[in-house]
Amino acid sequence: MVSVAELGTAKKNTWCPGCGNFAVLQAFKSVVSRLGLEPWEVVVVTGIGCHGKIGDYLALNSFHTIHGRVLPLATGIKLANPRLTVVGFAGDGDAYAIGIGHLPHAARRNVDLTYVVHDNKVFGLTTGQATPTTPLGMRTRSTPFGTPEEPINPIAAVLAMGATFVARAFSGDLRHLEEVLERALRHRGFAFVDVLQPCYTFYDTYGYYRERVYKLEDDGHDPSDWNEAMRRAREEEVTGGERIPIGVFYQVDRPTLLDRLPHLSGVPLVDRPPRVDVAGLLERFR
Amino acid sequence: MTAQASRLAEGGRWDIITANHAVAHAARLARVQVVPAYPITPQTTIVEYLADFIERGELDARYIRVESEHSAMAAAIGASTVGARAFTATASQGLLLMHEVLHWAVGARLPIGMAVVNRAVGPPWSIHVDHQDAISQRDTGWLQLFVSSNQEALDSVLMMYKVAESPDVLLPFMVCLDGFVLSHTYAPVNIPDQGDVDSFLPPYDPPHWRMDPDAPITYGNLVMPDQLYMEMRWSIDRASRAAKDRLKEISTEFAEKFGRYHGSAIYERWSQDSDYLMVASGTLASEAEVAIEELRREGESVGLVKIRLYRPFPGEEITELAAGKKGIIVVDRSVSFGHGGPLASDLRASLYHAEDRPPVVGFIAGLGGRDVRVRDLKAIFRSAKRKISEGVDRVSYWYGLKVREVGE
Repeated sequence: MVSVAELGTAKKNTWCPGCGNFAVLQAFKSVVSRLGLEPWEVVVVTGIGCHGKIGDYLALNSFHTIHGRVLPLATGIKLANPRLTVVGFAGDGDAYAIGIGHLPHAARRNVDLTYVVHDNKVFGLTTGQATPTTPLGMRTRSTPFGTPEEPINPIAAVLAMGATFVARAFSGDLRHLEEVLERALRHRGFAFVDVLQPCYTFYDTYGYYRERVYKLEDDGHDPSDWNEAMRRAREEEVTGGERIPIGVFYQVDRPTLLDRLPHLSGVPLVDRPPRVDVAGLLERFR
Repeated sequence: MTAQASRLAEGGRWDIITANHAVAHAARLARVQVVPAYPITPQTTIVEYLADFIERGELDARYIRVESEHSAMAAAIGASTVGARAFTATASQGLLLMHEVLHWAVGARLPIGMAVVNRAVGPPWSIHVDHQDAISQRDTGWLQLFVSSNQEALDSVLMMYKVAESPDVLLPFMVCLDGFVLSHTYAPVNIPDQGDVDSFLPPYDPPHWRMDPDAPITYGNLVMPDQLYMEMRWSIDRASRAAKDRLKEISTEFAEKFGRYHGSAIYERWSQDSDYLMVASGTLASEAEVAIEELRREGESVGLVKIRLYRPFPGEEITELAAGKKGIIVVDRSVSFGHGGPLASDLRASLYHAEDRPPVVGFIAGLGGRDVRVRDLKAIFRSAKRKISEGVDRVSYWYGLKVREVGE
């Protein structure tokens, strides 16, 4: 088993002081340690944005991929070597703007991986432009007079896409974030976690969330009830931002993509020798 | 028409701004009507300045915060299709993501304008300058112009709209400027008066076709091999060649009107009375200009050719200057893996038909933002001169590698 300290690296951390990424990093290290995973059993895939540097600060396998393409890459890794625990990290720009096309497919296929979205509601790395989750009317560097676009609701969207594990956490509550991440990693299938996190430099929402978040598990929510999950997913909109639920909205057991591909069961692809000789088949075309 | 460069403009106003700010001013002065925008370093401030111009009411345009660069170019195509002047800006991976749609803009013959702030391509991730992003788009049919100063960035956007919208061209263009070295560096820039720009660059009036409810057309449908696909490709090639002539006229017209001349397809200096020529693009070429000045003071006989227009390629122009030279030294800031530097390869191909064909020594330098200083360019020249006297290799040499074993 690896300790939290052993999962860290000597690389200088360049996130702004106060960034929500620190909580996600800390929580993830705790969960990997708590689950007894060895570093070589875990692969982290990151997108483009401030979060993308998380791989630099983790002493395990990581792949810093192209903007928006965390899910296809993570899917490829999981299918080729199902022994690995695959965790994708993406930003809200990454996951909901440029890369949203991959989200419904990972969800409906139920690929056995965890997808953590650092949702700070701005493009932080490029210094604070509006993303698809930026609240209506917010002034940013790309919307000096307020954004005219409705934000998307990631929880409702991913529920509708057919994901088997849908959760939200808040980086200001580290212990709860750890609990949610642990449940996500333990889930067999596609586990989606939207982490509400302040961008301390360009959109500081610590105070806003602290006053409004409540835990679904403290409120008697039944995570097997999809309709109720959808109702709770819309609670922030419906209450005008009064109440923001965090925790596991929905969880269901369903066969994963690999379960439905019998030819991939048994020996993982990476361990199979290339054994198909097509020379004979081609002979008749000579 | 080379020595006219430094006459101070009488009109306009002076400001100390970055090249990204200068480009945004150019788009404003060109009265672009649609700006689809997606942030990417080091381009982001261009679209931020444009958002600001639009929301202040200084530019009457629609601004679309799209969800990716692929969508940015698709939105620009939509806008240009109905007859609007469209503009966007990108860099590196953003340009690569656009690749599919770049071809579409050319095939649809839409004179869209774009600033490409040159940045290295991943992996590993780098946000610093080289030309790999733009050079790898060379076969899309986009007109590609590399600039080497903040002023040239502003002026070139205005000139290239006029070139691109010429009835015998109708092709999209990218003005390429070096990330950080230009994009984030402040320099004095003359910002022309709107009235002067209006009289230089009239509103875009598509001479060919546009989506119009009163005159319905359909575009982009399937063609079979015996129909006109190949002829349409031929017409793009012809249009690209015509762009070079238009740029020549339009840079002269611009110089007469605004008092500034940055060259046309190429910019050359000391090329007539030199034994050797050094060829480069972007800020590497301005650095070479300083190096050459010093080399000439030290008694070397070398001139400068700055390749501004990379597509269409100024092969004839360089061939003409190359006659009688002892050698040509090309410094590339990108690489065509397995075939050396793209500028060097294109230049060699252009020289093939010349009767007088000097040796060409290629160097690859400054990838991923590695600094190339005046002393490096002088070292490159001296090394090239030695190689020419000893007989040169066919591919490019890599300059300044840190690993001793693979160094030249």
